[in-house]
Amino acid sequence: MAGLGLILSGVLAIASRRLYVYEDPRIDEVNEMLPQANCGACGHAGCRAFAEAVVAGKASPSGCSVNSPAMTEAIADYLGVEAGAQEKRVARLACAGGNHVAWVRARYRGLQTCRAAHLVAGGGKGCAWGCLGFGDCKDVCSFGAITMDDHGLPVVDADKCTACGDCVEVCPRGLFSLHPISHRLWVACKSEAMGDQALAECEVACTACGRCVMDAPDGLIRIENNLAVIDYGLNHLAAPVAIQRCPTGAIVWLDDEKGPMRGAAAKRILRKSPLPVR
Amino acid sequence: MTLAARLSAHKTFSHGVHPPDHKAQTAGLPIRRLPFPDEMIIPLVQHTGAPAKPIVREGQEVVRGEPIAEPGGFVSVPMHAPATGVIRRIDLARDARGGMSPAIFIKLYPGASQEVLYGEPHDVDTMSRDDIIRAVQATGVVGLGGAAFPTHVKLALPEGKSVDTVIVNGCECEPYLTTDHRVMLEQPDLIFKGLHILMRALGAEQGIVGVEANKLDAVEVLRKHIPAGAPMCVEVCQTKYPQGAEKMLIKALIGREVPSGGLPVDCGAAVFNVATLAQLGELLPRGQGLIERVVTITGPGVGKPGNFMIPLGTPLRYALDYCAFKGDAVSQIVLGGPMMGTTVPSPDIPITKGITGVLAMTRDSLERLEDAHVYPCIRCGSCVDACPMHLNPSQLGLLARKGSYERMADQFHLLDCFECGCCSYTCPSGIPLVQYFRVAKGMVRQRRAAAQQKA
Repeated sequence: MAGLGLILSGVLAIASRRLYVYEDPRIDEVNEMLPQANCGACGHAGCRAFAEAVVAGKASPSGCSVNSPAMTEAIADYLGVEAGAQEKRVARLACAGGNHVAWVRARYRGLQTCRAAHLVAGGGKGCAWGCLGFGDCKDVCSFGAITMDDHGLPVVDADKCTACGDCVEVCPRGLFSLHPISHRLWVACKSEAMGDQALAECEVACTACGRCVMDAPDGLIRIENNLAVIDYGLNHLAAPVAIQRCPTGAIVWLDDEKGPMRGAAAKRILRKSPLPVR
Repeated sequence: MTLAARLSAHKTFSHGVHPPDHKAQTAGLPIRRLPFPDEMIIPLVQHTGAPAKPIVREGQEVVRGEPIAEPGGFVSVPMHAPATGVIRRIDLARDARGGMSPAIFIKLYPGASQEVLYGEPHDVDTMSRDDIIRAVQATGVVGLGGAAFPTHVKLALPEGKSVDTVIVNGCECEPYLTTDHRVMLEQPDLIFKGLHILMRALGAEQGIVGVEANKLDAVEVLRKHIPAGAPMCVEVCQTKYPQGAEKMLIKALIGREVPSGGLPVDCGAAVFNVATLAQLGELLPRGQGLIERVVTITGPGVGKPGNFMIPLGTPLRYALDYCAFKGDAVSQIVLGGPMMGTTVPSPDIPITKGITGVLAMTRDSLERLEDAHVYPCIRCGSCVDACPMHLNPSQLGLLARKGSYERMADQFHLLDCFECGCCSYTCPSGIPLVQYFRVAKGMVRQRRAAAQQKA
C-alpha cells in the first residue's frame, strides 16, 4: 500500500510539473475587482471570462456595466490601460398600456407568468403587442431594478439597471430594449394597429397620425407598420418639440428629473382604477 | 406491454389516457352546410410556414374558388376565395393566438350562385411525382387534423429517404370531435382517392387506415369501399388518447419508432389525416382550391351542436350563433379538442384551415376547474405512466418551476414532448405541466436561435 502511495504520489508530482498551464495571475486579480454578478451584459460568459478578455486586451474595463466607475478605474490603473468610456445603458419598455388605459378582453386562467399567458390566446389582453403585466421581467432581474407600478406596468430604476439584457430576453412580446441614457425621445408603444383600431384597445397607443414625424427634424422619426420609429442615428437632432402634438402621449421625452414627459396636446388620463374585463 | 394491451385485439401504443369522449352529442349528425355570412376574413397565415402573399387589390371582384393569395415560399400554400364577392380591404385581423395578423376581407354578393368555376383538371395516373407535389401545393391543402402543415411539403422527400407505408389517421382520439368520423362515413371514396394520389406521389407500397375501436361503423364503411386490388387496408386501433398522434399511430400500426427529433419519414412512413385525404381526393383531380372544411361545433355552450361544412373565413361568432350559442353563459371557447385545443380570446376570429372543432364550455361545466387549485407534486408517477413519449413529466415540471430550461432539453428530452396533455390530465395535484413545457420549449428555442445568430 505504501509503495503504491509512493508511486502514485510520484506520478502526481510529475503530472503537476509536466501538465502545468501558465495562467496570467492578473486574471485572478481583475476577476476579484469585478462584481461577480455573472450577468453576461458585457457579452462574455461571466465575470471571469470578461477578466480574461480585459487582461488579453480584447475588452476595455468599462465593458462591465455593473461595476462602479471607481472599480473600473481601479482595474484600468492596475492593468495600465485606458478605462474607456462607455455610456450607461438602461432597459426601456415600449408600452404604456397599464390596466387603467388598456382593455383586457378575456380573463386568463393558468400559470401567472407573461410567457405562459402569451401562449394562451395572448393572455386575453386586447392589444396584441402590449405588456401583459405578470412581471416576468421583474422576476428575472437579478439587480432588483424592475418594480411593477399600480397599473401593472414594469418600471425600470435607471440607477440599478445594468443593461444585462435578461428582461429583453424574457419578455414574450419583445417590449424591452437597451438604450444609452442619451436617447431621450422614446415611443412607448408597439401597436401595429392603426388609428381607431389601436385606440379601441388602448388609450395611449400610437395611432400613426404622423404629427411627430412632421414636427421633428427630417428623418428623425418615420412611420413604419403604423408605428412611429425613431432613427437614433440622428439622436443629436432630437428635441422635446416632437412630442408636443402627440394626441395620445405615446411618444415621450425622458427627462432625468421629471421622468417621462408627455406632450402638451396629450389627453389627460385621470382614471386610476383598472378597466373592467370586457 | 401491459396485460390488458396483450389481451386486446386492437393495436395500440403503450401509456396514454382514457378521457370521457363526449362524442355521442354529434357522432350521429350528418355533415350539413353552413349558410354564407355577409363578410369573410381570410388570414394570410392559416398554415405552418411562410405567410401567403395577396394577389388581389381592394375593390377587386372575386369568384368562389379563385386564387386570392400565392404561396410565400415552398413551405407555404395559396389561398382561394371562399365565396363570390368583392375585396373590401387587406388589413390586420384578430387571430386565434390572440395576435393580429394580415387578412383579406371579402364582402359577399348576396345574390351570387356561389358556384366554383375555377379549376384545371388533372389526370393523376399520368402525372409525375413532381407534378403531383406542385398540384397538391396549388390546391392549398394543409393537414386538416389540426396541425395545418402544408401537405405537399411532406410529399417532397429529403435526399436518400423513402416512404413505403402511408398511414391514414382516422383515430380522432380527441374527445368531443366527430369531424373525421363523419368524413369516414360520408366520403369513403374520396379518402381512398386521396390515398391513391399520395401513395403515387410518395412511391409507397401500402396504405393503412387506422381507426379507433369506438368508430366501428366507419371501419365497416371504409372496408367496403377499398378499391379492388389496391394495397390498402383498414386497421382497428384501441380507443385511447393520443392514438391519433402520428408517432403513436406509426408505433401501433407498423411497430416502428420515429427516432428522437426525427420525422415519420425517418422510419419510412408518412401520416395524413382522413379529412386531408378526402379534400385532396375531391380537389386535386379537378385542380381546385381548398375553400371549406368540416368542423364539429359542440359543447354544453351551444344549443344545436353539429358537424358542418364551413367556408374558410366564416367568422366564428356567425357559426356559433347558427348553433344557438348561449353567449353569456359561455366562459370558454376552445378551438380543436379539449386535450390539445387552444382557447380563443373572443369569438370574433375567422374559421381557418386548421380548426377541427369548436368547443363552447359554460361556467357550470367548468365549475370544477374554476375552483382548481395547484397543489405540490407528490411524485405519484401518474404522469410518468401516462406520457406516451415515455418522458418524465414530473421531473420536467420541477425543473420548469426552477427555470432550468437548458437542463430540461439536454437531459430530459423536453423537445420530444408534443404537448398531448396526458400528464396534465392525470395529475392529481392539478399542475399545469403542459403549460410549463410550452413555456420551456419556447425559451429553449429562443435561446438556441439567439446562439445560432451569434455564431
